[in-house]
Amino acid sequence: MSLPLTPTSPQELADAVRSAPRVIVVGAGTKPRLARVADDFVRIATTRLRGIVEYEPSEFTFTALAGTPLREIAAALASQGQYLPFDPMLAEAGATLGGTVAAGLSGPGRFRFGGLRDFILGVRFVDGEGRLLRLGGKVVKNAAGFDVPKFFVGGLGRFGALAELTFKVFPRPAALRTLRLDAADDAAQLKILTAAAGARWECDALDTALDEPAVLARIGGPAAALDALCAEILARFPGAILADGEASSHWRRATEFLWAHDGGSLAKFAITPAQVPEFSAWARRRPGGRGWISAGGNVGYVAAESGAALADAPWPGVMLRGTGPLWIGPQRAPAIIAAVKHALDPHGRFPSLND
Amino acid sequence: MASPRRFPAEATGLANRVFAFIDRGRSRLGHARSLGSGQRERRPPPLQARHGRTEKLRARHRVARRFIVGGVTVPASAPDVIRRLAASLPAGRVLADAAPLAAYESDGLTAFQAKPLAIAMPETQAEAIAIVRFCHAEQLPFVARGSGTSLSGGSLPFAGGIVIALNRLNKILRVDPAQRLAVVEPGVINLAVTAAAQPHGLHYAPDPSSQSICTIGGNVAFNAGGAHCLKYGMTSNHVLGLKAVLATGEVVEFGGASREQIGPDWTGLFVGNEGLFGIALEITLQLLPRAEMFHTVLAGYRTLEEAGEAVSAVIASGLLPGAIEIMDALALEAATAAVHADYPPGCEAVLIVELEGPREVVAADRARLDHILAASRPVEVRPARDAAERLAIWKGRKSAFSAVGRLSPDFIVQDGVVPRRRLGEALRKIAAWSRESGVRCANVFHAGDGNLHPLILYDGREPGALERAEKLAGKILRLCIEMGGSITGEHGVGMEKRDYLPEMFNAEEMACLKRLRAAFDPHGIANPGKMFPVEGAPALAQHGLHPLEKAGVISRE
Repeated sequence: MSLPLTPTSPQELADAVRSAPRVIVVGAGTKPRLARVADDFVRIATTRLRGIVEYEPSEFTFTALAGTPLREIAAALASQGQYLPFDPMLAEAGATLGGTVAAGLSGPGRFRFGGLRDFILGVRFVDGEGRLLRLGGKVVKNAAGFDVPKFFVGGLGRFGALAELTFKVFPRPAALRTLRLDAADDAAQLKILTAAAGARWECDALDTALDEPAVLARIGGPAAALDALCAEILARFPGAILADGEASSHWRRATEFLWAHDGGSLAKFAITPAQVPEFSAWARRRPGGRGWISAGGNVGYVAAESGAALADAPWPGVMLRGTGPLWIGPQRAPAIIAAVKHALDPHGRFPSLND
Repeated sequence: MASPRRFPAEATGLANRVFAFIDRGRSRLGHARSLGSGQRERRPPPLQARHGRTEKLRARHRVARRFIVGGVTVPASAPDVIRRLAASLPAGRVLADAAPLAAYESDGLTAFQAKPLAIAMPETQAEAIAIVRFCHAEQLPFVARGSGTSLSGGSLPFAGGIVIALNRLNKILRVDPAQRLAVVEPGVINLAVTAAAQPHGLHYAPDPSSQSICTIGGNVAFNAGGAHCLKYGMTSNHVLGLKAVLATGEVVEFGGASREQIGPDWTGLFVGNEGLFGIALEITLQLLPRAEMFHTVLAGYRTLEEAGEAVSAVIASGLLPGAIEIMDALALEAATAAVHADYPPGCEAVLIVELEGPREVVAADRARLDHILAASRPVEVRPARDAAERLAIWKGRKSAFSAVGRLSPDFIVQDGVVPRRRLGEALRKIAAWSRESGVRCANVFHAGDGNLHPLILYDGREPGALERAEKLAGKILRLCIEMGGSITGEHGVGMEKRDYLPEMFNAEEMACLKRLRAAFDPHGIANPGKMFPVEGAPALAQHGLHPLEKAGVISRE
């Protein structure tokens, strides 16, 4: 495999896409399984396609090149008291904005206000013919044209090469509290997840690790309000408020996959809260199985020694790291997938969804 | 057994439209189920109690049922393709008489009219699929339609095609309070979802002003917005998955019950397709816990600029209100006349800010908001003291568009978006153009989103008035594009703004959108003539309120 191409501008990205019959765009490589394709694909790295292009705090929007590391964006937003509420994943590991969009990964904070798909507003991308196109918009509200920016979320770069992305942001809550709520077993966890999700408290995040008999809840808002809310939550579900340091190390475990194996396979699944007990039990039965349930029981991650152990899951999933199939669970192959692929990438310059 | 009757020949026109509209909105008025041999059972819907006019409407509704639903046959004069379509379906599914056709010739944008060949009214998903497959096989254009409240002419019929009216697909298939979701058919009324969720302490967030009559299917097709988009987003942010029949006849399922998904976001691509991809048959919606407390405040300002500055101050403070709205003097005048809304005297603009959340959070945020508003030199600040006062504030706001109908026989509603910080500049320009051209323009807008709703007033009977109004409308749309905004925040491109889309996107981008459309609809039969410019476009006929809008039953965003 030759060295990757490293364009420094959207126009150079378009040139790079046109330069070879088969190309794949990669970011920082934090989800390597997503970009493992045949050797005849020329790799285009977004390492040098980086930087925040526009940031208007008063507009609640920013635009950044696809290769911009998430942590650079988070720092710029934090300096203005703003944030991406979905807790972007693998920021410390170096993940890029474009790679995160392509992978469709949102963190624990997706629970309250939605995930990446709910904050993406616009995209500049290169289609399979090498055309640099801009779709969506740069303002927080826009209904003109098809919502192609959303379509790129989770598309693994199979339909176009992301050059630049525009996102909506929110003001960061004045204060955050993390509570560790005791849950003796899976049934107790489900009970807490369901009750907390529908309660008046408006939790930001509700996660649970498979190896811990607890639910992690995070709540944000004015400091004066949080003490009363936390007291009420703890009166209903015994547990404790975590000190700030301890709280952030718990959330880092989630967003950086610190709970997973170093070298094993790691997959993400879309589940429903009702499936949590069954999912947890299944994950524990995998050889070396570990797991993390996120977003109030809507996202499940499982790590195992080998990807083969994850391949027979009954839930839709995608392998992020390690060996094993890219897609897991029930597969659908409606004709529309091929038709849209043909519309955006008629010659198959980018890998197909099944490559 | 209801006896089939036809419209008397002289009864076409306004009355028929009202009848048909009511019939189309009937899931709000009473679910009708076929019990065989033409008998129908009505059971009271949960929403009835909310509407004072219900009894009157039901009385009309009963009449309307007999006229339209009671098995009108397809006349022998109908085109062959329509007779074949009717023959392929159970009796009563295809209407091709002059009267029902006239009833469907317009939607919320009454400026456009077109007469379809027939109206198909599927009663099951299987029938809807069969109709679309028939259209695909015959290359027969179709326009899917809910309650016909589109403000961009999105559900305008296609002459030479059929309308597929989805109002009979109006079942709420499932409400799952534990997982906070509802699965509904496309003909379900927006507010009915919240009504079904309410007993569980939940609600459906998107709240377009037409929410008492518009359908979820239409909301999905046009990615409807509302007053709470800044915090909660638009329809697409609340659709978890859907089953749809594409214009090719292919039936697909995108997304599902999980709030997360695997693979490309097909659901996100489908929502907002403006009916160009196909028809959603089953939609999974996320429900949210209803906020425990609301704090709604109305503040009057001497000038529009001052109101705009107050918005900037609220945004800069780091508060995240559920809604931030502004109404200008002309809009206030209209709302006062229409719904007897009461505003502080001597104000050129009124700002509405709504906080919501757990009571402790609202209490803390409220103190900050009070402080910000006090510093913004308002004429008067009026916090809603109870739920009734809150509703009164919203009633004034949500009725503003229809209310403008009292100031002018005709008006054009716009939906452009500008960057929030340029709102003041945009409004100054609009006011200057309005003065120069002598065309009055009222402004109501979602200030938090930068989403303008200029209402351009004119009198269609006055020669040249429509042209002057359209000229101003065009200037405003171009201003939005120049400022880096959008020609539409929530109404969609539809018929109305299709000629402006190529000013927002270049030729290659337009070609890309068209290729995507062709992937879903290679024959171009699904809602043709919308979103993309068409040569030989039909001329504007007239503007004016929709009959039900005049009656105060529905209102626009």
